[in-house]
Amino acid sequence: MDILGSFALLLALIVAAYAFFAGIAGIITRRALLKKSALNAGMAVFFLVTIAVAVLEFFFFTNNYSLAYVAEHSNRALPAFYKFAALWAGQEGSLLWWSWLLSAYAFCVLFLNRKKHPELMPYVGVVIAGVQIFFLTLNNFVANAFNVLAAPAASGAMNVVALSDGRGLTPLLQYPEMVIHPPMLYLGYTGFTIPFAFALAALLGRYPGEKWIHITRRWTMIAWMFQTIGIILGAHWAYNMLGWGGYWEWDPVENASLLPWITATAFLHSVMMQEKRGMMKIWNVWLVFTTFMLCILGTLLTRSGAVNSVHAFAQSSIGGWFVSFLAIILVVCLLAYWKNKDYLRSDNQLDSMISRESSFLFNNLILLAACFAVLWGTLFPVISEWVQGTKVSVGAAFFDSVNVPIALFLLFLTGVGPLLAWRKTSTDALKRNFAWPAGIGLVAGAVAFTLGFRDFYALMCLMLGVFVVLTILLEFFRGARVIASRESTNMLTAVGSLTMRNTRRYGGYIVHLGMVMVFIGIAGQAFNKDVRAELKIGQSLRIGPYTILCQNFDQPGNDNYQSQRATLEVLRNGKSEMMLFPERRFFPASGETETIVANRSTPLWDLYVVYAGQSPQDGNPVIQAHLNPLVKWIWFGGIVVVIGTLLALLPNRRASIVLAPVREKAWDGTIVEAATHKVAAVSTRGAGDD
Amino acid sequence: MKAQKKFAVGSLIIIATLIGLAYVGYTQSKTYYHTIKELATLSPAALHQRMRVSGVVENGSIKHVPGQIDFVLTEEGKSMPVNYVGADPLPDTFKDGAQALVEGKLMSDGTFRAELVQAKCASKYQASPVAPNTKTTQIRPAEVQPGQASPEPKGS
Repeated sequence: MDILGSFALLLALIVAAYAFFAGIAGIITRRALLKKSALNAGMAVFFLVTIAVAVLEFFFFTNNYSLAYVAEHSNRALPAFYKFAALWAGQEGSLLWWSWLLSAYAFCVLFLNRKKHPELMPYVGVVIAGVQIFFLTLNNFVANAFNVLAAPAASGAMNVVALSDGRGLTPLLQYPEMVIHPPMLYLGYTGFTIPFAFALAALLGRYPGEKWIHITRRWTMIAWMFQTIGIILGAHWAYNMLGWGGYWEWDPVENASLLPWITATAFLHSVMMQEKRGMMKIWNVWLVFTTFMLCILGTLLTRSGAVNSVHAFAQSSIGGWFVSFLAIILVVCLLAYWKNKDYLRSDNQLDSMISRESSFLFNNLILLAACFAVLWGTLFPVISEWVQGTKVSVGAAFFDSVNVPIALFLLFLTGVGPLLAWRKTSTDALKRNFAWPAGIGLVAGAVAFTLGFRDFYALMCLMLGVFVVLTILLEFFRGARVIASRESTNMLTAVGSLTMRNTRRYGGYIVHLGMVMVFIGIAGQAFNKDVRAELKIGQSLRIGPYTILCQNFDQPGNDNYQSQRATLEVLRNGKSEMMLFPERRFFPASGETETIVANRSTPLWDLYVVYAGQSPQDGNPVIQAHLNPLVKWIWFGGIVVVIGTLLALLPNRRASIVLAPVREKAWDGTIVEAATHKVAAVSTRGAGDD
Repeated sequence: MKAQKKFAVGSLIIIATLIGLAYVGYTQSKTYYHTIKELATLSPAALHQRMRVSGVVENGSIKHVPGQIDFVLTEEGKSMPVNYVGADPLPDTFKDGAQALVEGKLMSDGTFRAELVQAKCASKYQASPVAPNTKTTQIRPAEVQPGQASPEPKGS
């Protein structure tokens, strides 16, 4: 069986290489049959990699411990759920998983477009095959998941052996979310290959028209959505599993997942400048290139364990491969750009500071600043060692001091940007759109201030959050009112029909609403409280309105782990509210410890209690309690963002001509407006039929 | 003034502000990494900065003293005595032979006063000696030498 897996992988590499070279030959010789054959080969890779993945899973599920990878990451007692997830628990398997997801994306793209864009698709196929060659080379020759276990026999010859049981999956990964989180994040990382392929293909082939930019935008949205889910799930996992009371600590691996997300977010905004005004073409192409390169960098950081530890950039065979691949991509992108830069000439220029264009420009500027700051901070230990010879790391204070103001400015633009007109906005329109939301936002801030909230950033976040939510609701209200009166339906139906008629616009608003919720949740951090105390039975600690009374300590355990557990009663105003059981488990098999957090989560706050271990002085149990306001809003906000993205991906139910009067009323209905709107209608229809 | 110029000025102001903020954040949170070997060669000014030092916990060196825990870190044949004075319980992974990372300051008597200790498991997982391009992993009979397990290294 393992031979089948290895063989399928090797064949996949050969077929990908064929897709690459035959594609190039087809483009040069202009032979349609060759181009078609190359694209078919690109689709075939998917089936071959699928066979390899299926074989590996077969070994996991049949408890066949003759493969080194299976023996390392699974054991007989492991629940089936986690046996599936064990596939990506280690380097070899996760790289195979990368290849599989990439080949699945490639299959979808090549299949869906098999009869479209005959000039563009051969280039796309070549770029995708190029990326596949790299990963399949790793799968075959550098980190092969099908290495068998062998032992020297008496004669000295090597014999294949199978173990009776494997070493099991690390307990930190034995958590339901870890089954979904890595695939989501990987769907994000691999997904950015597709927009990259289209952008590079369009540039290389000097593909006329803007069609490719619509396709690129849609695929970027899909990858962006998965990346968002992956990041939020990762934060949620860290919050619930690592027991330090937070969800984000600017760890290099977290940063790695954030970097392409930021540049993709920038692209999804600036792409509108290109669609509607023919501006920012160079910038957009480079945003797509950068996003893909940051994905490779992210995989490099995650997989080689670089930067993360004191032993940063230890010699790791896989790291060198990724660095070389990054260098190749950079060179290819630079060459493609240098040869075809006249293809990307801008049609228009910035007309006014108070316009949609300038809000997008500022949005991109600060998103890129955030990306640069995060990248710089993540790589700082390496950079400082090169420059100064001393390794210096920067902590949360660095990341926060740059990114918090950026986040607030972005929040401001979220409210303002979508309501500014293209080219130039009149003062009248500004007043009409923003007077009420801004006024109410200020009032909310004043009320919070008198109630005793003094944290500057949190107050700003509150005011801006209120402002943004109101501008969005006002947009929905104005649009729905027109529909409701025209079609004499109620407002709720009208909101639904409004959203479905211009999914891109209103889905986008819903994404913005979700982001506001996430920001509000993050701002709650400013009011975090935590208390740490050594508790003997009968003693208590106070946090916020709660008194936590220690009732018992015990050491339950089973074959799998030994546990230390506290039984805590939580009282509020003298009344018993709930029992919490924070726990700390030690797994003798792996020698690892797992913290089981007792978290009581409500929309207002989380009461998050951890059994922190025993005091180093006298061995008393130490309980750490956190009161974290508004954390739940982050998870809900994430769900709203995903719903909004899905809506925005749906095709419009009908062309958005009905909306014209609304827009004329909302903006100043000049000829410029009407012209822009026509373009908008055309482009949404165009985006709908990809 | 033309819109493009205005935009350029606005961008400059934003970038300058962010650089200023970044610098403040940097000075607040920078931490130096040093190896034990390097400590002997550092300038007196650099010696009193907050820093992180890593090493292996010397076997049998962990002593519980009232109010603190003493142990010795070694790396490349050099060793350094550490007094841990932090409030946090030490991680369970902290034991003889563990990889540890201490954060704190070096005292003038050469002992390290640590406020934070992180420890990695005493290498349960050792890199497997897989020769490239050979499809076998050599093992001693009835015992595996598994490869590097790499769970998503989240958090600390």
